[in-house]
Formats: sequence, structure tokens, C-alpha cells
Amino acid sequence: MDIIKAENLIFEYKRRDEDGNIESVERALDNVSLDVKEGDFISILGANGSGKSTFAKHLNAILLPTEGTVWVDGMDSKDEDKLFTIRQTAGMVFQNPDNQIIGQVVEEDVAFGPENMGIPTEQLRERVDEALKTLGMMEFSKKSPNRLSGGQKQRVSIAGVLAMHPKCIVLDEPTAMLDPAGRKEVIRALRALNEVEKITIILITHYMEETIYSDKIFVMNKGKIAMEGTPREVFKRVEELEEYKLEVPKITLLAHELWKKGIDIPECILSDKELAEALKKLV
Amino acid sequence: MFKDVTLGQYYQADSVIHRLDPRVKLAGTFLYMISLFVFNNIICYLVSAILLAVVIILCRVPVGYMLKGLRAVLFIMIFAVVFNVLFTEGDIIWEFWIFHVSAKGIKMAILMVIRLFLLIVSASIMTLTTTPNRLTDGLEMIFRPLKIFKVPVHEFAMMMSIALRFIPILSEEADKIVKAQTARGAKFDSKKLTDRVKSLIPLIVPLFISAFRRASDLALAMEARGYHGGDGRTKLYPLKYAARDYISYAVLLLYIGAIVSLGITFSRLTAFLLQFFAGSHLGTVLFWLF
Repeated sequence: MDIIKAENLIFEYKRRDEDGNIESVERALDNVSLDVKEGDFISILGANGSGKSTFAKHLNAILLPTEGTVWVDGMDSKDEDKLFTIRQTAGMVFQNPDNQIIGQVVEEDVAFGPENMGIPTEQLRERVDEALKTLGMMEFSKKSPNRLSGGQKQRVSIAGVLAMHPKCIVLDEPTAMLDPAGRKEVIRALRALNEVEKITIILITHYMEETIYSDKIFVMNKGKIAMEGTPREVFKRVEELEEYKLEVPKITLLAHELWKKGIDIPECILSDKELAEALKKLV
Repeated sequence: MFKDVTLGQYYQADSVIHRLDPRVKLAGTFLYMISLFVFNNIICYLVSAILLAVVIILCRVPVGYMLKGLRAVLFIMIFAVVFNVLFTEGDIIWEFWIFHVSAKGIKMAILMVIRLFLLIVSASIMTLTTTPNRLTDGLEMIFRPLKIFKVPVHEFAMMMSIALRFIPILSEEADKIVKAQTARGAKFDSKKLTDRVKSLIPLIVPLFISAFRRASDLALAMEARGYHGGDGRTKLYPLKYAARDYISYAVLLLYIGAIVSLGITFSRLTAFLLQFFAGSHLGTVLFWLF
């Protein structure tokens, strides 16, 4: 069954002047349709202004479609009675770690979501410890979030969502404000969640390197889905990706240029190791 | 510049006082402060001081650390002493122009210093032994009955705890802005007062913009995590009274009883005795004691 299903989704930002008259309409999402299978690791790639964050906010019913429909685990996002169930099913992690941590102590922040759901205190304790352990943040449970690194803060945010026992976690550029080490840390945590806990991950990002492990990639451009497929299918269309202002990983670019020059290696290479293997075969 | 802003400095330690329910500590501090103002004699202060000393020993916060808080009010203390000594009416010991020093004035000044000392130390024990979020939890529970009058108690408590969480973040941000604006030629270290006031504008405007942006992000994040006000919310650490809390309430009641009975007895007794011994040595002793 599809955990997320979007059909002909259109979303328009309306800019109004002082009298409330509509000055201009900006179409952020233009006829987006996509399905996500439960248990998949999905990446949505796109440059700034491609509509990827707007799309993410639809999956948690923070924004409602102007036209079209989004189903989260079979629930229509416009159904107000299901609002809290939807938000619990599809948890959301945002970009800035500082602006989404509510608690003054790590464990209290992780408990915030389940507290809102009215989970009894004894079970809260279990959920919080379980989520913190899964993300390897147990030793920080009594610490102030202000003392943590960016990557650790994002792991706390993910734990906060995980403690709500969602089926799917949507991450809106969770690594944009982190250093390379922090980025790796977060992506590793997400892969573990997907593989071990079988939670559907929808990663929204503009770093292509982060998407190489996903089951499927959607590339967005100007509010539309421009490309979709497995990482290998998408990454070999280097010229097209560059047109959408996405930075293809250096190693893929290098391999692609070599391939174009007629060197006998696969068309699409995702990692250093792969390229090394391919080149070794030639010698 | 803003790094030293601390609110309710908490001192981490493992003690009975730390573990007490915040409601007990709030009520206790409040009643204790009132008790200091009801009677004005040394015996009552002695009882108060004994109670405070016991609490200080129990709470395992270094005394030196605790007394640091007194430095801030030193000025007020000196001020109170000077005024009480110089302007209290009574049997004049020494006089100059509009100033007159009387025995009563000296006594008042001494009592005032003791009172202020006990007041400040008791308040700082509360903040030193209670984390800010336990304090907000306690306040929320204490004021919960006000909900009947449509006072948004939960919302106030939530605001307070969010404010506490963002103080270090915003102060860090203020530091960054000061550096950025200094790099562009703003003068934050000018000695002239007018310059200093003017220099606040390029600091406050960006700080406010950033605070609003953070607030809107945070509201979104809270909503995404299913926040819908205080109704139906559970707590990871619900406040529950333990045996030690009931014992503390009992001690508090005992203390109030002791203060009231002692205060009334001694003020009557001294008034009565002073009638007889006024002017004699015994009278002087009584005057200073009670």
C-alpha cells in the first residue's frame, strides 16, 4: 500500500496588497503526482525555489493543496478530523535544529510530541528512551540542547518525531545548516531508521551525495517533477541535472566525463570505490 | 557582552531540597518571605535564621556560591542602613543638621539588614535548587485553578519555558550581530551615553527580525508535532507529592505557628516589661533583644 500518494497537486502562494486584493499568484507546485511505497527511502532533490519544501509541508497537512489531493496512509490531508493522526503518521523534521527543539532538556524535547498525543507517563518514559537509544543520543538525555553539535541537535529532532511512532518521517533539508561531519551523522541515522525500523523516509535535500542510497529519487524543478527513478537512473543524466541547478557529485561527474570520452567504464558511477573497481578492470 | 545573562541560576547537586516538589518550594519561599515581614523582633528572626541554616545545610550548595547573589543587593542594604540610622525618630544619641541618630534607628537598621539577608538568601536557595522548567511546571500547577477565570495558565507556562530555552540562543545571536555591526563601523564601546543608546538600534532591529523568524519556525515545528494547547496533554515528569513534600509542608506549618506565637508573646511581654523597667539596665537589654 502507498503510504503517501499525491495526485495532481497544485499549490499557489497568493501575494496580497494592503487591501487584501490578490496582487500576484505564484504557483509553487504544478500538477505534482507521486506515490511512495511503505518502507522505502525516498529522496526529493531540487534547487532553491523548486517547490520541494512546499511539497514537504503538504505531507504533514501544514499546507493544504489549492487543487488536487494528498493521501497520507489513506487519509485525505484535507480531512480535519484526521489532522492529528496524519501528523502522527507522517512526522516532520525541519532545517534549523535550533528552531524546532522545544524542550530545555533533550529528553523533555523528545517527549514533546507524545505528550501532545496524551500518552500516559509510564509509556512516555519507554518511548523517549527507545527513541534516544535508536538515534544513539541516550547519553545526552539530561543535557541542554544548547550544548549539542548541529548533527546531534538534528538527531534529537529526529528522535522527537520517532517517539511519536510514525510510519513515515519527512525531512525538509535536515542537513542544510550542518557541517560535513554532521551531515554524515544524520544521513547514517536515517538509513539505520529505514533499514532497521522499516520506517519510510522522505528526504528533501539539494545535496545529491545524500541521495545515493535511496530507493527512488524525484527531482523537482519549477514546481514540477522533472525526473524520477533509482539513483543510477537519475545520476547518469548529468547534463539534465545541471540544467536544474543541481550539483552532481564530483566522482559521478568525473566518471561521466571519462565515459563520454569513450573510456570503457559504466555510464553511472556513484562512489569512489566503484570508479576504482571499474578502472582496475581496464588495466 | 551578553554571555553572562543567567536567569534563575541553577546549581546542580543531589539533595533533598533539590528533589522537593517545586510547588512546596514556591509556597515555602513565599510564606517564609511573608513571615519575615510580620514581626520585627530578634527572637523571630532567630527562628527564621535557624530554619534557613538547616535548609542551607540540606541543599548542599556551597555557601560562598550562595552569598554571591548578595553582592547585587549590597547597595540596597547599605542604603537601607544609612536611611534607617539617620532618619528614624526616637531618643536622640547624636544629631547634626537634619540627621539624627537614635538607638531605635540603629536597632531598625540592624533588623533591616537581617531581614534583607534572610530574604535574599531564601529566594536564591529556591532558584539555585530548582531547574527553570520544574519552576514553570510548579507555577502552572499552582495557578491552574485560575483557568476557571479563563486565565491561559498553560500558555503562560509554555511561553515562559520557551523564553528560557531561547535566552542563550538569542544572546549568542546578539553577540554575532554586535561583531558584524562592529565590522561595519558601528560603535558599541563609545563612552558617550547618547552614542551608546544610538548604537543599540543596529543591534535591536536585526535581533527582533531574527527572533520573529525563529518564533514562526518554532510555531510550525510545534504544530507539526501535534501541539494543540494544554488540554489532553500528558507529562514526562508529572508533579507528584512524595512523603518528603508532606513532611516539608508540616515543617512549614510548624514554623509559621512558631513565628506567630513567638511574635505575639514577645511583643506583648516586652511591652509589658518595658513599662516597669524603662530607664533601667534591664530595660536597655530588653530593648535590644526584643
